[in-house]
Amino acid sequence: MSTVQASDFICILPQIILSGFAILVMVFEPFVPAARRVMLGWFALFAVASAGAALAWTSTLPGTAFGGSVEASFFSIFFMALFLLVAALCLLGSFDYLARDHVQHGEYYALILMATVGMCFMASSTELILVFLGLEISSISTYILAGFKRQDALSNESALKYFLLGSFATAFFLYGIAFVYGLSGTTNLTALAERIHAQSSPPIMLWVALLLMFIGLAFKVSTAPFHVWTPDVYQGAPAPVTAFLSVGPKAAAFAVMLRVFLVTFAGEGAVLFWLLWISAALTMIIGNLGALAQTNVKRMLAYSAIAHAGYVLVGLATGGEEGSASVMFYLLVYALMNVGAFLLIAHLAGTGEHWTNIEDFRGLGFERPGVAACLTALMLSLGGFPTTAGFLGKFYLFRAAVGAGLTGLTVIAVVTSVISVYYYLRLVVVMYMQEGTPQAPSAPMPWPLRVALAVCVAGIFLLGLFPGNVLTLAHLAAMPLP
Amino acid sequence: MLNSYGPIVIFFIIAAAFPIVTLWVMKFIRPKFIPTPEKVMPYECGITPESDARGRYTVRFYIVAILFVIFDVETIFLFPWAVQFQVLGLFGLVEMMVFLGILIVGYIWLWKRGALEWI
Repeated sequence: MSTVQASDFICILPQIILSGFAILVMVFEPFVPAARRVMLGWFALFAVASAGAALAWTSTLPGTAFGGSVEASFFSIFFMALFLLVAALCLLGSFDYLARDHVQHGEYYALILMATVGMCFMASSTELILVFLGLEISSISTYILAGFKRQDALSNESALKYFLLGSFATAFFLYGIAFVYGLSGTTNLTALAERIHAQSSPPIMLWVALLLMFIGLAFKVSTAPFHVWTPDVYQGAPAPVTAFLSVGPKAAAFAVMLRVFLVTFAGEGAVLFWLLWISAALTMIIGNLGALAQTNVKRMLAYSAIAHAGYVLVGLATGGEEGSASVMFYLLVYALMNVGAFLLIAHLAGTGEHWTNIEDFRGLGFERPGVAACLTALMLSLGGFPTTAGFLGKFYLFRAAVGAGLTGLTVIAVVTSVISVYYYLRLVVVMYMQEGTPQAPSAPMPWPLRVALAVCVAGIFLLGLFPGNVLTLAHLAAMPLP
Repeated sequence: MLNSYGPIVIFFIIAAAFPIVTLWVMKFIRPKFIPTPEKVMPYECGITPESDARGRYTVRFYIVAILFVIFDVETIFLFPWAVQFQVLGLFGLVEMMVFLGILIVGYIWLWKRGALEWI
């Protein structure tokens, strides 16, 4: 007990700030009149900014805290910065959406902050129990957020599906942790790695444990065959929430995968490699073929999110510093383009999200050229066109895979990503080459949303043309990983 | 490693076998079951059941029950701290105050939101 020092709290200062502000937002909520609840949103944004400042300070003091259960390293800081960015973008995109759809409640902002806290703990913790707690904090918050439109049947369906399947999957993860503890007597990842490497032949039970943990995380990142919930949940949830949960929890689960599978269980290479290989191939094929058949934009992007998880799995199967760094770079790029796309669709879908079919975007290119240009840029990046970040992200992933000799998997990845161009471009074709007027009423775009979109689109081109600095950071973050 | 799971497997086998064997043996020992209206009736201390057990009750109880659980858990956390108060010292006190502070904030919130009103 007496071993807790001030430096321990500094190490988790960003999380403390986020939790504190989340509680404050909750307390203020009933005292703020309904018409001025958006103030709470700005307050939450201020919280994210303060956490960012705290993170910048923490990054100068790397080390572990609380008896080696949390760490501040380049790895954790890279991911935490990513989560804070995603939270800020989603908050900016939510202010007017919530007012428009009459769900302007302070709890929304508090839940976004809490989910971010959970994700930060997933990325920064080196203790499986704490990883699990982070997973639960972020999951429970996002379950509620998915059903935030209480009057809407689709939103309720989305929350219920996400909750039932999600809690089932976290149970798998916890069961895996229990097996690991039974085999090694520790849940600390560093100590675990030493004890596993000390054994000459790993017991079969370790593979069972690995498989169980993989299932739990594979659900969170929605890889095949654990992807079936994704289209329904992404379609039903309010679009800014979809933007958040298609990126945040996914990146956090990938952070855990990188840490657990590539560092701690590095000795189980062969079993893990084929697990990731098969999962990656299946995910890319199912995701991209599934997206071809969709007529709803949100469902299409949900299948595209599945496919992108498959590309990231290619990087995980590659492993090594190259593979890990390209995974991190890709997650950042993916966050920018996916958040941008979902926020834009949240705006274009109109009140109650009535117009989310691809056909509803007919003629948008002539009616609102600026908005259409933004959406086109995001679609091109998702499809992986050169000069956009989506291209470079894929390029680094696939180059690392080829370098490690994964030619077969890379061929599948390239072929499926060529297929994906069809459905991304279909939206562009509908906007620019089909006659008609867009269905959604053309409300002017609120300026917070403009800021968020500008960040996303500018980020895509900046990372697409000058990736050097961020790539160096990703390599630094991947360095402690083998 | 696997050997240490042996007792658990045996435990499961015994646990599964016990009811099966008991029911099977009882089949030969017990008198034949002749159902009468009195026998198939739900047992309520010998009193005739008043109404259907699957009745509906108001959803307001749900809020009360949830609130009860939250503050019940709070008390459960207080007990071990109180027992180990000397050992945990100042750190334990501060930690507990933070915990209680968060719960009080929750209390203020639900009071203000009207969860305590019996509408």
